[in-house]
Amino acid sequence: MSIATSDVIQKRYNELIKEKENEDGSELSILNLGPTHPATHGIFQNVLLMDGEKIVDAEQTVGYIHRAFEKIAENRPFYQITPLTDRMNYCSSPINNMGWWMTLEKLLGVEVPKRVQYMRVIVMELARITDHLICNSILGVDSGAFTGFLHIFQAREEVYEIYEEICGARLTTNMGRIGGWERDWSPAVWAKIHKFMETFPAKWEEFDQLLTRNTIFMNRCLHTGAISAEKAISYGFTGPNLRAAGVDYDIRKMNPYSSYEDFEFDVPVGTAGDTYDRYMVRQEEVRQSLRIIRQALEKMPEGPYHADVPDYYLPPKQEVYSSMEALIYHFKIVMGEIPVPVGEVYHCVEGGNGELGFYLVSNGSRVPYRLHFRRPCFIYYQAFTEMIKGGYLSDAILIMSSMNVIAGELDA
Amino acid sequence: MALDNNTIKELLIAKFADKVSAFDEPWGLLTFEVTAGSAHELIHFLKDDATLRFNFMTDLCGAHFPENEKERQLSVIYHLHNWLDNVRVRVKVYLDGENPEVDSMVDLFSSANWQERETYDFYGIIFKNHPDLKRILNMDEMVSFPMRKEFPLEDQGRTDKDDRYFGRVPLNQNLN
Repeated sequence: MSIATSDVIQKRYNELIKEKENEDGSELSILNLGPTHPATHGIFQNVLLMDGEKIVDAEQTVGYIHRAFEKIAENRPFYQITPLTDRMNYCSSPINNMGWWMTLEKLLGVEVPKRVQYMRVIVMELARITDHLICNSILGVDSGAFTGFLHIFQAREEVYEIYEEICGARLTTNMGRIGGWERDWSPAVWAKIHKFMETFPAKWEEFDQLLTRNTIFMNRCLHTGAISAEKAISYGFTGPNLRAAGVDYDIRKMNPYSSYEDFEFDVPVGTAGDTYDRYMVRQEEVRQSLRIIRQALEKMPEGPYHADVPDYYLPPKQEVYSSMEALIYHFKIVMGEIPVPVGEVYHCVEGGNGELGFYLVSNGSRVPYRLHFRRPCFIYYQAFTEMIKGGYLSDAILIMSSMNVIAGELDA
Repeated sequence: MALDNNTIKELLIAKFADKVSAFDEPWGLLTFEVTAGSAHELIHFLKDDATLRFNFMTDLCGAHFPENEKERQLSVIYHLHNWLDNVRVRVKVYLDGENPEVDSMVDLFSSANWQERETYDFYGIIFKNHPDLKRILNMDEMVSFPMRKEFPLEDQGRTDKDDRYFGRVPLNQNLN
């Protein structure tokens, strides 16, 4: 955080330097990587103790963009918390939004129609595609391959146009409502999704050809930043980073939500848990996501686009002006007189980089008594020190991008 | 045989007797309390017992209940997950409001390290035997524990502020 922290670290490192110099005569140095460094995507500080170009020790400082979401959430009605979830992992905000709605629906006991669940699956898988796409293409940039990044970002743009058509926003989406969607998806949305599904797979394979068997890329990624499955579990890894270490833990399979049990897909796993495996797992997960979307489009059931829960879902505006009942419900929702059960609920979804959990304690009021976000980044980033120790500085940059650490989620 | 909540409950009561209490199953998730003194032993047991095998600490967080009696004002909530049988449990520890102390779980799960620092940062709960218990998200110079309920957010509608300094002055308002 502040200068004080780095001072403490630097003092300790200064002592270490002295000790080490007495031992074998080699010279160590301190390097401040960050907080704002063009090679780290986001605001992270790492104070590194270096022996030439090798990292001997590292100390992380986080919290530079801490915005006290959990405190703010204790003062906001439930439906006003969604914009906060957007700003956690902003590379895949629809997953965060949907996760939050599902947590609320679990608490309120809202049954969601099958069609809504399938639509959610589509939008969550699109979000996963963009998340992995950003991570892998930036990994290419960090190893010196800019072309793939430039090409594939066009595809991200197409997904953002789909979001825009659904909800009006592109990055921080704030999509959906309790029980479903704010409006039905227009024909334009479906057309854009179909177009994306036609054009994207070829683009993805092209991107794959640019990087996957590229000798320079492979030399940079293989055997760097490896972590064993056992350690990864102890450090609380989830998502692609854990699967790269060879553990097939995926919440979509383990605790299926939003009808994921209806779809056929594989969970790719790696063996070594190194940077290359993390890259490969993400590459394959994108293909699996496409497979899920294709099935969802084929099997898309007919039905309403939101659940019939007048207590929580705002009635259409015309009805508010013309019918008494709708007016009453509108008033009750807006003024916060809706019944909320007392209790505590934990719900988790498979986010872009792991298990995104919401622990919600409700005391029956319109705001959460306590809301805790289980942010996968925050939990697995603490292993970073251990992963970069003994490696080179340039590898540390690659390891960080391959872990997909998103500053917004890290600091919440 | 898959592990079910009753088996877990019986095993825990057999070993810890009156140290565990308040068993409940909100939304199917086994929830119970344990005394602060036995928390470490209990989580160790949950992790290493051949039947229970809770191999993963999903989440660790704090909560503040200022309305409770003094011994139960702060709490630490652990979510554990057994991946082999796919069972989750929620363990709660209630702590003294003035002197909140509980053993650190870092020796059992490395992931507890930062999560305990976060909980300390926001609630001031002291985790004994933690290797490096200091603030993580807030600045080091801070003296309060901001997630406690005695620190309300500023009221958006307050009127005692001079709006001129915040760009909120309507055009026709008399500034004197």
